[in-house]
Amino acid sequence: MSHDYTKRTAYHEKVAELRKAHKVLKEWSFTPSLPERGYTNRTLFVNLTTLEIKEKPVTEQMKDLFVGGRGFGLWYLWQAIKPTTKWNDPENEIIISPGPLGGNTQYPGSGKSLVVSLSPTTGIPIDSNVGGYFGPLMKFSGFDALEITGKARNDVIIVIDGQIGKVYIEEAPQEDVNSHAAAEQFTHMYAKDHDDLRNVSVVASGRGAEHALIGCLNFSWFDVRRQATRLKQAGRGGIGTVFRDKKLKALVVHAPPVKGDMNRPADFDKVAKVGIKMHKELADFDLKQCNMRRQGTAHLVEIMDNYDLLPVHNFQYGNHPDTKKIASWIWDKRFTQGIPDGCWYGCSMQCSKGADGHVVKTGPYKGHIVTVDGPEYETAAGCAANCGIFDPDWLLEANFYCDTYGIDTISFGTACAFVMECYQRGILNKERTGGLELTWGNAEAQLELLHQMARGEGFGVIVGQGVARMKQIFIEKKYGDPQLIKDIGMEVKGLEYSQYQSKESLAQQGGYALTNKGPQHDEAWLIFMDMVNNQIPSFEDKAEALYYFPLFRTWFGLNGFCKLPWNDIEPPDNHKYPPLEAAKVPEHVQNYCDVFTGITGRPLTKEGLIAMSETVYQFQRVFNIRMGKGRREHDLPPYRSVGPVTREEYESRQERYDKQLKEWMGIDPATKTIDEKIALHRKYREDRYQKLMDAVYKRRGWTADGVPTLETLKRCRIDLPEVVEVVKPYLK
Amino acid sequence: MRYVKADAAKCEGVRACEKICAQTFFKSEDPNLSAIRVTKKGSAYEINVCNQCGQCIAVCPVKALSRNQAGIVMVDKKTCVGCFMCIGFCPTLSMRRAPGQREPFKCVSCGQCVKKCPKGALQMVEADHAGLPA
Ligand code: SF4
Ligand code: SF4
Repeated sequence: MSHDYTKRTAYHEKVAELRKAHKVLKEWSFTPSLPERGYTNRTLFVNLTTLEIKEKPVTEQMKDLFVGGRGFGLWYLWQAIKPTTKWNDPENEIIISPGPLGGNTQYPGSGKSLVVSLSPTTGIPIDSNVGGYFGPLMKFSGFDALEITGKARNDVIIVIDGQIGKVYIEEAPQEDVNSHAAAEQFTHMYAKDHDDLRNVSVVASGRGAEHALIGCLNFSWFDVRRQATRLKQAGRGGIGTVFRDKKLKALVVHAPPVKGDMNRPADFDKVAKVGIKMHKELADFDLKQCNMRRQGTAHLVEIMDNYDLLPVHNFQYGNHPDTKKIASWIWDKRFTQGIPDGCWYGCSMQCSKGADGHVVKTGPYKGHIVTVDGPEYETAAGCAANCGIFDPDWLLEANFYCDTYGIDTISFGTACAFVMECYQRGILNKERTGGLELTWGNAEAQLELLHQMARGEGFGVIVGQGVARMKQIFIEKKYGDPQLIKDIGMEVKGLEYSQYQSKESLAQQGGYALTNKGPQHDEAWLIFMDMVNNQIPSFEDKAEALYYFPLFRTWFGLNGFCKLPWNDIEPPDNHKYPPLEAAKVPEHVQNYCDVFTGITGRPLTKEGLIAMSETVYQFQRVFNIRMGKGRREHDLPPYRSVGPVTREEYESRQERYDKQLKEWMGIDPATKTIDEKIALHRKYREDRYQKLMDAVYKRRGWTADGVPTLETLKRCRIDLPEVVEVVKPYLK
Repeated sequence: MRYVKADAAKCEGVRACEKICAQTFFKSEDPNLSAIRVTKKGSAYEINVCNQCGQCIAVCPVKALSRNQAGIVMVDKKTCVGCFMCIGFCPTLSMRRAPGQREPFKCVSCGQCVKKCPKGALQMVEADHAGLPA
């Protein structure tokens, strides 16, 4: 297939008219400034209820303990809310911060913004790591973080203009709410001329987020080759829902043109040197390793299928004969090749692939020609394989509408797969879904769910509440066996699973369920290390991995980094290290230390990096406890992620499970019925998970109930009185 | 398009090329500021200089690299965001960065080095850039 990658439906022709309808509610002046060694040392605070705008100092204590990014977000949220606060209370906040290293243009993957809010689906803090230019451009306008509280009466936008030193809150009634159009309109509206387009970035959500709890945010950048606004998503945990609840239509930043030294680093040459080394590594080895530059994360589809790890039919199975229809070679052709696809300058990994020339088949944009940002692996696995839809065009359609409606593709994929299985098992039927036939593979029905979410009607609105609430609703309505509903609803703490099978990897069961914000792959991905290579056999080994990797990865979110260039490319001699060390990619860890030192001027060792993360990680655990969800009972996975729930599942991998009965439990499978064998597995696997929890809690310095001890808080320098007060009642 | 073609066998390490290049563009004789580089390999020399192939043009995220009318690949410093991807992706490793500089620099086929080489190791040749990245 060949597509003209500059051809698409335009939405920005009437921006002058749209702008005329704006009403300025508040104008505020500031002195634009560049960061010094990565920090501007101030935060922009906006209250949408009172229209107050002010700047707050970023204190030395904040930098020392919380570093930036997710750390700043959690700290501000901690101060803003009470234990009783609900996601839709005006005091809930959305905080965006790129971290001190964010905006660096030399090291691949340095442009991330971290978004923190109280999540509608989990009721605890959520943090989401997103590309696009917003965070860096905001920093280069003068702010390390943006803290938004309150609620507007009508749809408003916040405009941060770092070229002239103004912040505005404006009513903006006429622009689209849906992101693909809104981002384009606001980008063209606030750019002075054509060359200025890339100095504008927009944050928007969509109509879906108004009626669903699984709403996401889109962060834009202007792609100078395609001449298009592109989007990256802060997907997890429903921050888009909070955004629309605050009546935010968009955030717009307009910054001075970017140069390579705008963080005003302590040692620019040091940073440039490691950056160039990484570009060279990607130039030489990406094609032989992950092929991210051509296929993005979609290169994983058939790999996961080969290892029986691709979620199929709501995580019942791990592969499917039709996977080839959505495999990497399809995307290799479907993505426009040969043009830079980084979500920030200098990302030579450039996984942000674009499928140009998609002709929309359904809904309000039917017939429009759009560029679909993705699909990434998670979207392909969740919206396609997990729902039994093996059609690349329908996958593009679902991806497009999820993004533009402001719906998280991961939560949507898992939620859609859940209702399809409920339909398969008679928990749902046509009557209960309002006429939708939610059979496996029914792409049109999947799209209709999305359109219903956006219109705020029908069964789509129920699906949009997420898996945790659907479980409650279906059980309350006595739709089916409550235990079965609980077992197959793939969520922990209210967050839907991301798209990997964890049944055969105990470490990954913990990697999902023993997370701060709920099951996602942002904290730990240990399946190969554990299941495929058997490098962490004992409980202690697994606990060590579940200590190190979540902390290591937390560091990306404190500093504004992307995880991918850490280990989706490796130095060719990485195997010289013993396997467990090799998994850490030591040379790249050293790169991060060097970039940190080069920018901030603060020395950093590999151990110091972990310690830096642990302060924030432990703090977040305490924050969860403060909000009523950070203890042992909240770390339990649904059984579907641990072992075979149903007979079909057991029978589909009978050989494996029978063998395990013999080897693990010393039981002759011939003497047992299928149901007995399922029960034996369940007992064994659930016990094993409990033992893993014990080992992990010990390693993390928590009590048996999962509460950080005072010694742990002290060791991590986070024994502030208000933090200690939260854990005290649980330590008696 | 014209580019500097090196015949390393004739090179005796005089480095007049490096000096004149650095002088012309940076008013310095520091070889780190030269677009053409001579390295000693055992008893012989290697000469590294851009052949104007243009592979870097496609790598640049902001279109700061382009061919001028004569077909020479030029860096537009005003547009450049200093990512240095062009350096990592140059197939001949001929895109340069000097310490302290926030943008890269490269050979612009001015021919000064060709004139200065006392050994005749350098010559300016013409090639067709049709079919090469533009
Ligand atoms: S690897 Fe992909 S997601 Fe990460 S910074 Fe680069 S383009 Fe963005
Ligand atoms: S360093 Fe400048 S010229 Fe080179 S790729 Fe980056 S932006 Fe383009």
